Amino acid sequence: MKKLDRYGYAFIAPFWVVFLTFSIYPVFLTLYYSFTNYTGSPGEEIVGFANYARLLTDTYFIEAFVNTIKIWGVNFALQIGLALLLALLFSDLRLKLKGLAFFRSFFYLPNLITISSVALLFGILLDWQHGSLNMILLKIGIISDPINWLSQPVTAQLSVSLILTWMWFGHSFIIVMAGVSGISKDFFEAAHIDGANRWQMFTYVTLPLLKPILLYIMITSLIGGLQLFDLPLLLTDGIGAPDGSLNTMVLYLYNQAFKYNNYGYAAAVAYGLFLITLVFSAVVFKGMFRKERATQKGA
Amino acid sequence: MEQNAETRRMLADSEVQPLREEKPLRLEPPKPKQKKKIFSRGVIYTGLIVLTIICFIPFLMMLVNATRTNGEIMSGFSLLPGTALLDNYAILSDYINIWTGFKNSLIIAVLVTLLSGYFSAMTAFGFAFYDFKGKNAMFIFMLVMMMVPGQLGLIGFYEISKTLGILDSFIPLIIPSIASPFVVFFIRQYTQATLHVSMIEAARIDGASELRIFHTIALPMMMPAVATMSIFTFIGSWNNYLMPLVLLFSPEKYTLPVLMGFLKGSQVAENLGALYLGIAISVVPIMIAFLFMSKYIVSSISAGAVKE
Repeated sequence: MKKLDRYGYAFIAPFWVVFLTFSIYPVFLTLYYSFTNYTGSPGEEIVGFANYARLLTDTYFIEAFVNTIKIWGVNFALQIGLALLLALLFSDLRLKLKGLAFFRSFFYLPNLITISSVALLFGILLDWQHGSLNMILLKIGIISDPINWLSQPVTAQLSVSLILTWMWFGHSFIIVMAGVSGISKDFFEAAHIDGANRWQMFTYVTLPLLKPILLYIMITSLIGGLQLFDLPLLLTDGIGAPDGSLNTMVLYLYNQAFKYNNYGYAAAVAYGLFLITLVFSAVVFKGMFRKERATQKGA
Repeated sequence: MEQNAETRRMLADSEVQPLREEKPLRLEPPKPKQKKKIFSRGVIYTGLIVLTIICFIPFLMMLVNATRTNGEIMSGFSLLPGTALLDNYAILSDYINIWTGFKNSLIIAVLVTLLSGYFSAMTAFGFAFYDFKGKNAMFIFMLVMMMVPGQLGLIGFYEISKTLGILDSFIPLIIPSIASPFVVFFIRQYTQATLHVSMIEAARIDGASELRIFHTIALPMMMPAVATMSIFTFIGSWNNYLMPLVLLFSPEKYTLPVLMGFLKGSQVAENLGALYLGIAISVVPIMIAFLFMSKYIVSSISAGAVKE
């Protein structure tokens, strides 16, 4: 038996060779570059923390950070709100809604489509003069003049948020729905017998029991949201127009590295993004756990 | 993006659980409320149908506009198909060969899915059934690295691809999938619950080699977990945009998403009908696949997230 255990190494060897080469090494190589002025050709110099110092005062990066959070925040609020509402309706014992599988498939559909196709599609649907959205709104009479969605900072950011919601609410709905189905019926029955109304059932039974699931959705959505890149790149000019309102952190990273060849600085941007992700995830975790303790004390 | 999809499920649990179907409780409401209930159900169904339409109408407009001429699209909105489908296709194929992009995406996604499934199962097998020095440390290290977003190593990844001379090839898009920490983690958790050591030992007594045991006993039993992860691996690779955008330079090697981005800046973009058709060709196969797979996809998402 002991002799056979050496086979363990053989089975995990291919994984580790590739993992070290293509995952671990690049992460450390990027860390090294973040301390240099590397521009893509050999002969870089070590510049210490200069890139990080620049990052802290770089208005474009700070702007990109604020934009990313804004776009993600609006999207997340809408997405999770919609997902919770739908899950509640479908799990309501008194409503007995039918067609869950049908609706669920349609709600999830936008999530499967290649994001560059989504960006391209909405780019022309939202077009100022010839876009279908303006044409429909004009026909119905909601607006009297076409709206130039993608050329004003506020509507451009809102458009991206709404497209993200459109893409992701079905995904969140499936997860929340699975969570709700996992809650024992006894809880709802007991609450019903105790005379709880719908809202009380939601706030005192469903929501606390869904907390781990909501935490999961929030963390994963946050990590994905902070990496927002494809939509802003393809919806407008690729560097964040109008007025830099669609400049996100990963778009900035991409442009710095592969457009302007500032690899050293872009590496620092990558680590800045990583630290921000870590801090935000930690805050979300802590916030959730503190609330839990508070409710336990309260009960 | 693939890494991204993995972190999305990082808090996941082991079991591949089918969705539990709702069985409504029989709580008879008092009679006078019956009318109100029917009314509120009507409102809810209307809302759901509106939401369904919102989810689907961009695709519908895409399909309709793909069959209309540039002039027709510019002059107004319609849900009736036109007759310019073939003309649009001719314009589109004058500029790009969309089927090449299709083929490239398919080759990469299939190989990524196969490699990731096979080697993750192998790694999970090694971690689950052998006791060797540093096993736990390695496993924990793998889990920690799983949390690191893909963009962190992007520049280093580009540089090492450059050093190895594999830029502008499919290799850096395919080979790294051999190491998919989340898939390893998922399969290992599944395996520990379903595959017992005694089965391995019985095969050993029968004289099977270790590799043969893996291929004939472990791998078939891991298949449900491998299949669950394969759906996501495939979709993740198919939709991956950033990596091929950075790594590929020759238009004939572009994957479908990169080709779509390329369309935007090309002359095709001046003919909206052709542009819509290009998008439609990239979207429709996924929609058809989804028609057949939606049940599995839904239960896979749930399995990835829900702890029972």
